[in-house]
Amino acid sequence: MKFITAIIKPEKLDSVREALFAAEITRITVSTVSGHGQQEPEEEVYRGVKVVPNLSPKIRIDIACNDEFVDITCNAIMEGAKSGPGEVGDGKIFIRNLEECIRIRTGERGGKAI
Amino acid sequence: MLSRRFFLIMFALLAVPVHTLLASGNNAAIDSGATAWMLTSTALVLLMVPGLGMFYGGLVRTKNVLGTMMHSFSAMAVIGVLWVVLGYALSFGQNVLGGFIGWNTDYFFLQGIDESIISQHIPEYVFAMFQGKFAIIAPALIAGSFAERVKFKTYLFFILFWSLLVYLPVAHWVWGPGGFLAEMGAIDFAGGTVIHITAGISGLVVALYLGARRGYPKTAMNPNNLVMTLMGAGLLWVGWFGFNAGSSISSGLETARALTLTQAAAASGALAWMLIEGIQYNKATSLGFVSGMLAGLVAITPAAGVVTPEGAIVLGFISSIFCYFAIILKNKIGYDDSLDVFGIHGVAGIIGAIALVFFLRPSWVAEQSAGWALSRQLITQSITVIIALVYAAVVTYIITIAADKLFGFRLSVSSEQAGMDRSEHAEHGYGLLHIN
Repeated sequence: MKFITAIIKPEKLDSVREALFAAEITRITVSTVSGHGQQEPEEEVYRGVKVVPNLSPKIRIDIACNDEFVDITCNAIMEGAKSGPGEVGDGKIFIRNLEECIRIRTGERGGKAI
Repeated sequence: MLSRRFFLIMFALLAVPVHTLLASGNNAAIDSGATAWMLTSTALVLLMVPGLGMFYGGLVRTKNVLGTMMHSFSAMAVIGVLWVVLGYALSFGQNVLGGFIGWNTDYFFLQGIDESIISQHIPEYVFAMFQGKFAIIAPALIAGSFAERVKFKTYLFFILFWSLLVYLPVAHWVWGPGGFLAEMGAIDFAGGTVIHITAGISGLVVALYLGARRGYPKTAMNPNNLVMTLMGAGLLWVGWFGFNAGSSISSGLETARALTLTQAAAASGALAWMLIEGIQYNKATSLGFVSGMLAGLVAITPAAGVVTPEGAIVLGFISSIFCYFAIILKNKIGYDDSLDVFGIHGVAGIIGAIALVFFLRPSWVAEQSAGWALSRQLITQSITVIIALVYAAVVTYIITIAADKLFGFRLSVSSEQAGMDRSEHAEHGYGLLHIN
């Protein structure tokens, strides 16, 4: 079992969701986050003063899956999150080993609980 | 009759050059009570524009909240200037081009009305500014139908030309001196036809031309802030007293009638929507409440001078029912009139303009000439509605094509996904959502 965390551009959430849905990956957690990677945040303008935020708004997607779905999931995220040929700021995918998974309702454990 | 009275006032003004109409420094003609109420009404109608901005702004997704509110606010700037320069002259000047539009050089930049007092004993500046607020809110209403998907620059171009080619001519026909719809005897007390029907159908035309928002209707597009929507709706209800009761251009019996009918129709519209939802879902939604309230307010707008209080309650009630089913129908058909400009303003405007003939005050009917008949009034009202619908639809379609060909009306896919706040205004609405 793996735990996949992707950080993507907010405007790419729709297309990532569509790509995941097309790959039949529907169990997903989405949060609004702020962060800083390699990308310089997009400047905003307030009363004529250009402001470059310290942190850019990003979307974090968490998906837990069985090993055989890791590539499918990551490919779908990449397909949905990439801007054209790819841009700095398109985001990253982190994959971690997932020790255990429990479905609260039934107490099932492991791969079948995902 | 209101329209005839307008005609007489304007005729009086035109027959005598404005400068000689008034002995300079003669303030005796000013009725300070009427002037005070009309100044208040002018402010109340302007308050509806940010109210509308809040109403619409709360209904879109987070990434479009500022862009949507700017659609309302920018109308205050664009039409606010246009009205002073040309708008008042084109709508309230005497007939030119065969009555298609009005013109009065004295009204160009409002240069000739500095000391003018109109026959209702208020300064003409007040009348001109009061009417100017209506010109502002009409195009701002349309913006709800194509929310979340248009370029700001093209929107500004669109409202400028919509105002010039749709609003000002129709306002002239209904309210201007010698306007042909007024001559026909059409009843439009405070702009049900001029504002709500034209805005409703124009919104529908642009929404159909541009197509649905990306992902609609599959992707859920939830309102970002219904609290703000309710506050905006509250401002609209309050502002509507200026809109309707101010349209009496007086401070007296007619004003009190219009205010009472407005209150009754808004309340009954909201009540009707709550009852429908209560029956259907066993719950009343807040958005449903304000939708019903708006339906009632729109329906009473053309009728606020002429119907009975029972009539106002019935008009509010049935307009709510019609709007409710119009929106269900919209969802079945699947076109994206995003914030239901046609479903509420168009439908309730049509219901109000036509159904008002069944609830006329006996005292109003008694004032009519011998040849008056209910059936004839019904036909007049229907013809007026059809003329407004067809004219606004055709001209809006042409303006939309022109705007699209010149600048591109619709946002690019990436801008639409990023949201108007970022792509059009380089800002974001809610700091708390973007911890920085």
